[in-house]
Amino acid sequence: MNVTDEPTQIPGPPAGPTAPPGAPGEPQPATIQRHRPAARPAAAPPPAQAAGAAPGSGDLTDELLRSDQWTDAMVATAGIPVTDKPFVSIGGGIGSFVTVDYLRIAGVTPDRIAILSNLDFPWQTYEYLTRVSQIPRPERIRSDSASRPDNIWGFPSYALAEAVHDRSLGPLWHVFREPMWADFYTPKAGQVFTGLEREAKRIGYWQMLVKGQVRMVRKRQGGGYFIILTPMVGSTPTKRLAFRAEFVHLAVGYPGLRYLSELQDFRTEHQDFHHVVSAYEEHEHIYETARKKHTVVMLRGGGIVASRVLQRLMDDRAKYGLSTDIVHLFRTYITASHGPNAWNRRKGGNGFAYQGFNYPKSVWGGQLKAKMRTLEGEDRAKEYKLMGGTNTPWRRRWQAQMNEGRAAGWYRTMAGTVDHMRIENDMIVSEVKTANGKVEVAADFVIDCTGLEADISEHRVLADLLQHSGVGRNPLGRLDVERTFELRGTASGPGVIYASGATTLGGYFPGVDTFLGLQVAAQEIADDLARRGFCPRIGPARSVSQWLKWARNAQP
Amino acid sequence: MLPTLDGRIQTRIALLAVVGGLVTLIIGPLLPISAPLSTVYQDTFLILLAVIILGIGWECLYHFLMQWRWEKDWPTFFGLVTAIPEGLLVWGLLQAGAIPGIKGTVPTGAFVIDFLVVWIVVWLVANGPMRVPFIRWRFRGGRLV
Repeated sequence: MNVTDEPTQIPGPPAGPTAPPGAPGEPQPATIQRHRPAARPAAAPPPAQAAGAAPGSGDLTDELLRSDQWTDAMVATAGIPVTDKPFVSIGGGIGSFVTVDYLRIAGVTPDRIAILSNLDFPWQTYEYLTRVSQIPRPERIRSDSASRPDNIWGFPSYALAEAVHDRSLGPLWHVFREPMWADFYTPKAGQVFTGLEREAKRIGYWQMLVKGQVRMVRKRQGGGYFIILTPMVGSTPTKRLAFRAEFVHLAVGYPGLRYLSELQDFRTEHQDFHHVVSAYEEHEHIYETARKKHTVVMLRGGGIVASRVLQRLMDDRAKYGLSTDIVHLFRTYITASHGPNAWNRRKGGNGFAYQGFNYPKSVWGGQLKAKMRTLEGEDRAKEYKLMGGTNTPWRRRWQAQMNEGRAAGWYRTMAGTVDHMRIENDMIVSEVKTANGKVEVAADFVIDCTGLEADISEHRVLADLLQHSGVGRNPLGRLDVERTFELRGTASGPGVIYASGATTLGGYFPGVDTFLGLQVAAQEIADDLARRGFCPRIGPARSVSQWLKWARNAQP
Repeated sequence: MLPTLDGRIQTRIALLAVVGGLVTLIIGPLLPISAPLSTVYQDTFLILLAVIILGIGWECLYHFLMQWRWEKDWPTFFGLVTAIPEGLLVWGLLQAGAIPGIKGTVPTGAFVIDFLVVWIVVWLVANGPMRVPFIRWRFRGGRLV
């Protein structure tokens, strides 16, 4: 009952953490990056670096750029001002927020923590992504009732809070009947954001936030790390600031999104970013066009975002009496329940694999979580494959809408891949390779809902880390973390780098890029920090007293 | 809930013993049993003990049944409705005189009230408040140690 599933933070508008804010000379982040083979850092040539700055300039010198390990003197020679903070969290999205929330509740004071981010508030990227992918504030996200990033206890759950707020037993009755007689209860996006704002104020989040773009993390000779931040233009006398920390936490979110290659080729060739879009980009114009004329929309992908976009198209169709036709193309078409045996069978049909949340629920606390902790290498990768794959919830409303569309012929599904796309008579024609041969599908718009993710080396901070820190990759190619979420190979004296979120997918814990997954990671990190003497371990008495403070909205 | 077998058993024992024990202590004098309070407590606590011991077997069965669920979860509703078979079994054993130490007869009404009140309170605690003192409990499949 403790599950969640929305992406946490992805570089992209309005503020992508892959480029320094306000640095006109440097390229801005691309929301969508070209689908290309993953570059292995060991084989990839080091990224071209501009020559280092002159010593004393307050910028990165050649010596700093080249060295895996820095001394205090090297940073001083560069003229970069240094701030000491025992704990620094990089990212500033929900991953940073949840971790810092845990530490504050454990008793760490705000002056011992710095959060480095170009985001103004932790849910900024998340809210942008949910909004454009058709989950505005009044809509419900795909997340469990007890997965509250603003409440480490998950009590009261969102359902209970909503019941109290609305003076209605409805939400509780819903949870009681789920999932047999009701779809899983999920909270409204607005409820989540309101709660996050309250908790952020309570723990003094903005006291700890330092705005800017993190450039790199390097080991410090003698222990700990230096983190280089490019602050907001004009906010400091030097171009860079350095933070000297014993503990670093990386929560930079998704390294980026990738486009399907044929879609990217089409966009590049025709410079058309209007008719072929990603669901994670603003694409309101498609819904507006559909309200003015008959429109054919082609959807790609079978996950939650495809379902959401599909719902919006179907809602609009019903609400405004539109004649929109929808062609839904699946690369992998699921026809029925699937799995290796009766104990591992996931529901499916009409193209979709059905699952309440993005993993089976027990990865967040039950037997799958316990099992995954024991698996290594290939065994772990195999288990990921078994429980993974694109999936979406089976929701009554969506089923009714799709059934209606299938019966009336305005919603069609296909299985196949697209070799090539072209423009013909103002339509986008996709040449679809199916089991029965090639079929051409003409549509006014193509929406890519596949949500492919970029390789971690495409994120600047992670690329630098791969090159200079000694961190390795896990069986899924992401950052290799211990069960405590410590990055393997990056220890520096007593110092530790932790990572949580999407960059660690493939580790001992699968549900990393979810609300509850971030809390699982935060708990492991806080407990590990307690073992290292950084903070007290939260025991039952402290937990209860802190919960009472949470309930009263009093500072931890 | 997202229990492991270990977690199920630990949670069952801890919650029934502590929360169930408190509830039994509170409602004992209120039960419609015409016997001295010491007898009421002896009988109700023995019933509670029987639920705990038999529960270990029940939890193994629930764990087995859960294996057919893809999510390997145990919905909130299941946690409540399992009161029916468990209650019936304990009642049957009471009627058969198979619970050692029971003094006299426990009236049906008193048994139903006692069993259901304990069950519902334990179920409510397991579905929320338990997470407040034990923040690691839900991430460990219900294990406390």
